[in-house]
Amino acid sequence: MSARSGTRIGVITFPGSLDDRDAQRAIRLAGAEPVALWHGSHDLEGVDALVLPGGFSYGDYLRAGAIAALAPIMAEVKDAAAKGMPILGICNGFQMLVEAQLLPGGLIRNAHQQFVRRDQKLRVENASTAWTSEFTEGQEIVIPLKNADGGYIAAESELDRLEGEGLVAFRYLGVNPNGSLRDIAGLANERGNVVGLMPHPEHAVEEGFGPNTPAAMRSGLDGLPFFTSAIAAVVGAAA
Amino acid sequence: MPTIVVDVMPKAELLDPQGKAVSGALTRLGVSDFTSVRIGKRFELTVEGEIGEDVLAKAREIADEILSNSVIEDVVGIEVVE
Repeated sequence: MSARSGTRIGVITFPGSLDDRDAQRAIRLAGAEPVALWHGSHDLEGVDALVLPGGFSYGDYLRAGAIAALAPIMAEVKDAAAKGMPILGICNGFQMLVEAQLLPGGLIRNAHQQFVRRDQKLRVENASTAWTSEFTEGQEIVIPLKNADGGYIAAESELDRLEGEGLVAFRYLGVNPNGSLRDIAGLANERGNVVGLMPHPEHAVEEGFGPNTPAAMRSGLDGLPFFTSAIAAVVGAAA
Repeated sequence: MPTIVVDVMPKAELLDPQGKAVSGALTRLGVSDFTSVRIGKRFELTVEGEIGEDVLAKAREIADEILSNSVIEDVVGIEVVE
């Protein structure tokens, strides 16, 4: 079932990336071809879309995602973002996008100081981005969350702007797991091609390995539409 | 070695979870002299030879662009120590 769409989605591995292989697997299950990319290179190898995966690049030294945001390949990532390429930052990848100023605000240590791992309910607030078009606005989904530095912060005026312009892509429901202001779990840029979120869609793409659902244990597949949305965006742009 | 010290603090208006945790520990220990604790970062940049204006200018530049993130932090001091 791999690569049936002809879409190639790159996953950049940084020193300390953990979930790059999981992201590649999710891309394959969604019907695209994953392309492994390396942080130290300046070559995106002609991919149609990009995922910056989760992990603890450079040990989260300085600030989470800060040193990775200065990696050689990030110059090409910024160019691609400006040209409208779909780019998804997951967890540490979201932190990199924020540090690279491709998304606004900042991510700090969880308010309760603890690392947190839970199956997290989210509301999709913006279903018109390159990574959310296969959801419906207001849809509630459950995907795993696991982070230490997931507290989203920005100035009040910036938060008002994000809300007003519909750039809050995902909001935590039920529990705010890290003290994020306005329960913000993920953001999109104005154009909708760059999306970042703390929870992990790539861990909810295959029966037997996803979050529990009322129907069956570990049957949650709510992460898959992220990747099928990106494929639809690439195929739509080419048509 | 001539050294430039750069001090970075979380923005005053933002929550500092690490400082809050230390503050809570002090309260539990019965230390009541301090109303709050905030935790920042100190960078020591060592220089070979004299620290000229150009080196200081470079230190200011990396302090703003790399050592701190202006969304969440402020550079509160850049000073030369011997």
